[in-house]
Amino acid sequence: MSDTEQTPAVPAQAAAPAVETVDKREPLLEVDHVTLRFGGVVALNDVDFTLYKGEILGLIGPNGAGKTTCFNAMTGIYQPTEGQIRFRGEKISGKKRHQITRMGMARTFQNIRLFPEMTALENVQVGADAHHKTSVISALLRLPRHWKEEREGREKAERLLEFVGIRPRMHEFARNLSYGEQRRLEIARALATDPVLLCLDEPAAGFNPAEKEELLQLIRQIRDTGVTVLLIEHDMRLVMGVTDRIVVLEFGKKIAEGLPAEVRDNPKVIAAYLGVPDDAA
Amino acid sequence: MTTTVNPPTPEQQEGIGVRLRHGREAVANRWHHAPRWVRWVLLAAVIVFFYALPNKEFYQYLGPIPTPGANFTQVLFTVSIYVLLAVGLNIVVGFAGLLDLGYFGFFAVGAYTVAVLTSPSSNIKTLWPWLLVVPIAIALTMVSGVMLGTPTLRLRGDYLALVTLGFAEMIRIAAVSSDFLKGQRGFNQIPHPPGKYADGKPFFGVLDARPYYWLVLTLIILVVIGVRNLTHSRVGRAWISIREDEDAAQLMGVPTFKFKLWAFASGAAIAGLAGALFAGKQNFVNSQNFELLNSIIILAAVIFGGSGNIVGAIVGGGLVAYMIERFRGIELFGVELYEYRFLFFGLVLVVMMIFRPQGLIPNRRRAAEFKDRRKEVIVGE
Ligand SMILES: Nc1ncnc2c1ncn2[C@@H]1O[C@H](COP(=O)(O)OP(=O)(O)OP(=O)(O)O)[C@@H](O)[C@H]1O
Ligand SMILES: [Mg+2]
Repeated sequence: MSDTEQTPAVPAQAAAPAVETVDKREPLLEVDHVTLRFGGVVALNDVDFTLYKGEILGLIGPNGAGKTTCFNAMTGIYQPTEGQIRFRGEKISGKKRHQITRMGMARTFQNIRLFPEMTALENVQVGADAHHKTSVISALLRLPRHWKEEREGREKAERLLEFVGIRPRMHEFARNLSYGEQRRLEIARALATDPVLLCLDEPAAGFNPAEKEELLQLIRQIRDTGVTVLLIEHDMRLVMGVTDRIVVLEFGKKIAEGLPAEVRDNPKVIAAYLGVPDDAA
Repeated sequence: MTTTVNPPTPEQQEGIGVRLRHGREAVANRWHHAPRWVRWVLLAAVIVFFYALPNKEFYQYLGPIPTPGANFTQVLFTVSIYVLLAVGLNIVVGFAGLLDLGYFGFFAVGAYTVAVLTSPSSNIKTLWPWLLVVPIAIALTMVSGVMLGTPTLRLRGDYLALVTLGFAEMIRIAAVSSDFLKGQRGFNQIPHPPGKYADGKPFFGVLDARPYYWLVLTLIILVVIGVRNLTHSRVGRAWISIREDEDAAQLMGVPTFKFKLWAFASGAAIAGLAGALFAGKQNFVNSQNFELLNSIIILAAVIFGGSGNIVGAIVGGGLVAYMIERFRGIELFGVELYEYRFLFFGLVLVVMMIFRPQGLIPNRRRAAEFKDRRKEVIVGE
């Protein structure tokens, strides 16, 4: 585990603790025997794993294994058919999606889902607004709270755009950004919600090796600011290079869990990945 | 090895559409980059022009602009009411992306609240003064918006359109058939707004429509400032994010239901204000004032002007209402064009949809959307 304690370029996140050593094993997210069915399809079958504070956990598996579905269950898009998910000790079932976000869970999407007709800056500001209180009255009358939150949000958004490296493009509409810039913008927008846990759904899909390397650096830097990262990724090399632990899904079932080296040598995993090219998307 | 499908950058796809967009952006850019004082002077000139417009001494020099078949100041009043309505509906449709087909229903609620509480024809005979009733009318309209929105805004898309349509029809039928709302006979002697000239004559009289127009114009300016404050804040960002991608907005921490309800309530409040102004000038309100067609006209005006853009909504609402009146009194081959006004209106809309789907003065964002479908196919889901 590479614990490079460099000074983070990213703003201190909410409740940014000194990087916890994984040994302490303080659970942050518990996926507790979750089963999720879509009619006849069992997308998740008794999936059970725990994510500890401060680590980077890789969630891998062949196409259709249920990785994205797992994210969707965590962020409140789907309710598990059986089992439950606890985040920071609280059950998330029954919570609204925006409440889960405010509890400190943020995500990106496998199919980029920015607000295409808002500028890059505005996209990130929406994320920053997650913890703001300005509503119609304060905005209408331009009360001090509006100005204060507007200034804070703007500064935070610019800092994050700088952090992911697209600050010069901040006044472009999201739809006019290149594919790689859009992926980075999604990360900045998610970070703006002050997450404790950042869930990245194939953030490197479609990247070339150099871009992947940059992204790896970025993910490490994010972890070093105290954010726990859950990473879905197809590229085995990328996963091996950055994660502390890995959970492997296949056909909705967890087939392996452990350190990258253990997982790589696990015969079940090798079988599951056999014949599946690593960039199948 | 990885093969990346990068969508072409705008520079790469130098099609006619892109060049057109650059041309339009040039105008917008010139405005945005003009020195502050130039913008203020231009804006002031426009405002002065519209305050001066209803004076005969001024509009007689404006060639074909004054309406031949109707009193021009009366027309201006009607137009100003439509502009106010378009600004309000633009919040709901343009910013929050909620399709409201019954917006005129809120206008009716505002007008009838004033009528019921002020008119001697009313069953309850409260006979309150107009000014006191205006805030009540606005509040009641907001409440009706919240009541309509609470069950429906949790649903997605088409349901809202249907329910709002039903709402407007319900209000209209109630107006036609209930004894409380007086049907065709209507309410008369609704009091005018207060105010006197130095010589004791009332400022808001029966014959001269100018003071009413000036009142509405002033309120339009205030409302536009308010709407601008909202759209340039957390509230406006929430609205637009909901319009763009409601799921993503929720997952980024936007309490979408709350903000949709606010959009609905703010839009309704503006319609309620417009209804109260209308009743205060008209002196008389009956069920014929609230045909469904009016809802459609305002929606068309917002789309025509360029939804999601405040200036677009103003221009759209103004032009549409003005054009309809402009046809009055023009005869061609023995038929009065006014009879065919909606035919022309429909034609203009069809032509617009073909050549300028983003509206006259599009939101900068919308313009991009309509020109860049190709990219959406690649990046979107
Ligand atoms: N809304 C849905 N309705 C029905 N079936 C679904 C739905 N969402 C996902 N599934 C199914 O659940 C299974 C898991 O899909 P999921 O998207 O989670 O896979 P994944 O591991 O993310 O795959 P990929 O690597 O292709 O992204 C698939 O068989 C998929 O078809
Ligand atoms: Mg997936």
